[in-house]
Amino acid sequence: KDVANADVGVILRGGVKDGSLEQLEEVLLASDFGVATTLKLVDQIGGYAQRGLIRTEPEFQDALRRLVEAELREGNSDPSLKLSASKPTVILVIGVNGAGKTTFIGKLAARLRKQGKTVLLGAGDTFRAGAIDQLRVWAERVGAEFVGAKAGADSAAVAFDTIDAGIARGVDVVIIDTAGRLHTSAGLMEELKKVARVIAKRIPDAPHETLLVLDGTIGQNAVVQARTFTEAVPVTGLVVTKIDGTAKGGIVVAVHEELDVPVKFLGTGEKAGDLHAFDPAQFAEELVEA
Amino acid sequence: MFDELTEKLEATFARLRGRGVLTEADIKEGLREVRRVLLEADVNFQLTRQFLERVEQKAIGVTQLRGVNPAQQLVKVVYDELTAMLGERQEGLKLSTIPPTVVMMVGLQGSGKTTTAGKLARKLKAEGRQTRLIAADVYRPAAIDQLETLGQQLDIPVYADRSTKDVVRIARDGIEQAKRARDRVVIVDTAGRLQIDAELMDELKRLKAAVQPTEILFVADGMTGQEAVRIAQGFDEALNVTGVILTKMDGDARGGAALSIYGITKKPIKYIGVGEKLDALEDFHPDRMAGRILQQGDILTLVEKA
Ligand SMILES: Nc1nc2c(ncn2[C@@H]2O[C@H](COP(=O)(O)OP(=O)(O)OP(=O)(O)O)[C@@H](O)[C@H]2O)c(=O)[nH]1
Ligand SMILES: Nc1nc2c(ncn2[C@@H]2O[C@H](COP(=O)(O)OP(=O)(O)OP(=O)(O)O)[C@@H](O)[C@H]2O)c(=O)[nH]1
Ligand SMILES: [Mg+2]
Ligand SMILES: [Mg+2]
Repeated sequence: KDVANADVGVILRGGVKDGSLEQLEEVLLASDFGVATTLKLVDQIGGYAQRGLIRTEPEFQDALRRLVEAELREGNSDPSLKLSASKPTVILVIGVNGAGKTTFIGKLAARLRKQGKTVLLGAGDTFRAGAIDQLRVWAERVGAEFVGAKAGADSAAVAFDTIDAGIARGVDVVIIDTAGRLHTSAGLMEELKKVARVIAKRIPDAPHETLLVLDGTIGQNAVVQARTFTEAVPVTGLVVTKIDGTAKGGIVVAVHEELDVPVKFLGTGEKAGDLHAFDPAQFAEELVEA
Repeated sequence: MFDELTEKLEATFARLRGRGVLTEADIKEGLREVRRVLLEADVNFQLTRQFLERVEQKAIGVTQLRGVNPAQQLVKVVYDELTAMLGERQEGLKLSTIPPTVVMMVGLQGSGKTTTAGKLARKLKAEGRQTRLIAADVYRPAAIDQLETLGQQLDIPVYADRSTKDVVRIARDGIEQAKRARDRVVIVDTAGRLQIDAELMDELKRLKAAVQPTEILFVADGMTGQEAVRIAQGFDEALNVTGVILTKMDGDARGGAALSIYGITKKPIKYIGVGEKLDALEDFHPDRMAGRILQQGDILTLVEKA
């Protein structure tokens, strides 16, 4: 009898209450939004449908898209890289093992070089086999300067030396790589604190950016990771890598909410150019398309 | 670990105390709690649904038979079924009767292939099997240096050829060298790749055809989310992998990916990586994994109680 509701029923298969919202729930869960965020979004959309605010499939998708975008624009959400007024800007890159830190640094350096800036990379990962060489290859590839280290050297000391060199050479941006570490390792989190402390000793308001790199295929563990990392060294932005894969990276919505820091970049491949400034509208769009 | 699930279920079933027997509706409600736990552990949502359907039938029978503590009984049914769905038995590395046994490491970027190749080599060497590593990742910057450094740390030879990008040739030549040296095992490290990258997946197929590996080990990050199913399926369909290794399990990820991967491929999870050091490799135990996914530390006492 109610045309509007009948319409929604058709689109949402089986009525607003069950089939449709269940389907929405599945889309969100399958994209790694997590139970809490999923339930919140499903509730909101369910409310819209009940009030007759969404009736057709496009409206339904549009509502979801707008909600996700709004979540990502909530609070601290400026994706631009913060540059220091006085040279050099210091960027510290952190995250769990294999997330894509070193590759991101290579790509970010390439981007900054394109903008005409001079960049210096510091090999703060002195632990993982081949990590120093990996960063050196990236520095050569993108035309950045490089401060190496001996395997096993103290990474805080490497960070200090890198900033020293950055000041002496008058570079615009210094980016410091760190070894991958799981947030559950108290010792390694202490080491990270020390790196940040030493950086601040050399330039008081540095690091100007501390970027946490998250693998786009990661699931629910991302939230506790982000929380623990930011407790050790306050994170100022998120980088989500491997978005060229099939995973949707939905957990960043929850991470953004948890830390109240912006997503700044998306990694979409292994080449120097595969880096994109984060765009909440586009991210939401791609999630809904699936 | 907390016994959070048992507690939640106990709360859910509290109002039934005295009646002792759970109705189908009670069980359905309890399983909703189980569903949340599984999803929060990153078990794929489709597998979660199938799993709950299966558990429901069993739970109805069991919890009606013995009315003691229905929450604990339900957890036990869930736990047993989960253990079964993770493979039940522990399986080690298969070795060929004609040496050298060839082992190929495959997986997404950054999952832990190279490190795990080092760990396996160390383990094999400790068992008295002369082992060689082959560097067949010609893409990632310094991938060869990484493997060579691991080889030096372990005093295990690494075959590499920086003059070519032809991984089939590299692997063939490496195996030739291994045969001459009478090695027992060779482990071929390959570059990380997306399962949807047709060109690079084709490279792995050609590599497989050329080296006829006894083991093709799919190395997956234990923190992987919902996509674990499709990723594992992609590698398995292309290569028919023989086993799985789950890495980075030294963290606090619940590891629902284990269920997703085994559920879809039915290939045994052989080992788990529990650290960056080369001795941080452990046998996989389905029962412990089930306890971890359910955040149920105290399954043993539970089993006795139930
Ligand atoms: N497909 C894809 N691969 C990526 C991306 N970013 C990084 N990778 C790959 O992921 C793997 C790990 O990247 P790294 O940059 O070494 O990661 P990391 O965080 O520095 O690793 P550790 O230093 O060992 O903790 C490499 O094979 C990279 O090429 C991306 O956006 N897309
Ligand atoms: N904490 C922890 N770290 C691990 C484990 N296994 C590997 N890693 C780390 O994860 C990161 C990536 O490991 P790699 O072995 O380089 O991974 P990969 O699959 O070879 O990477 P690509 O060749 O770039 O695809 C490194 O920092 C390793 O030290 C593990 O079980 N626990
Ligand atoms: Mg690195
Ligand atoms: Mg590798």
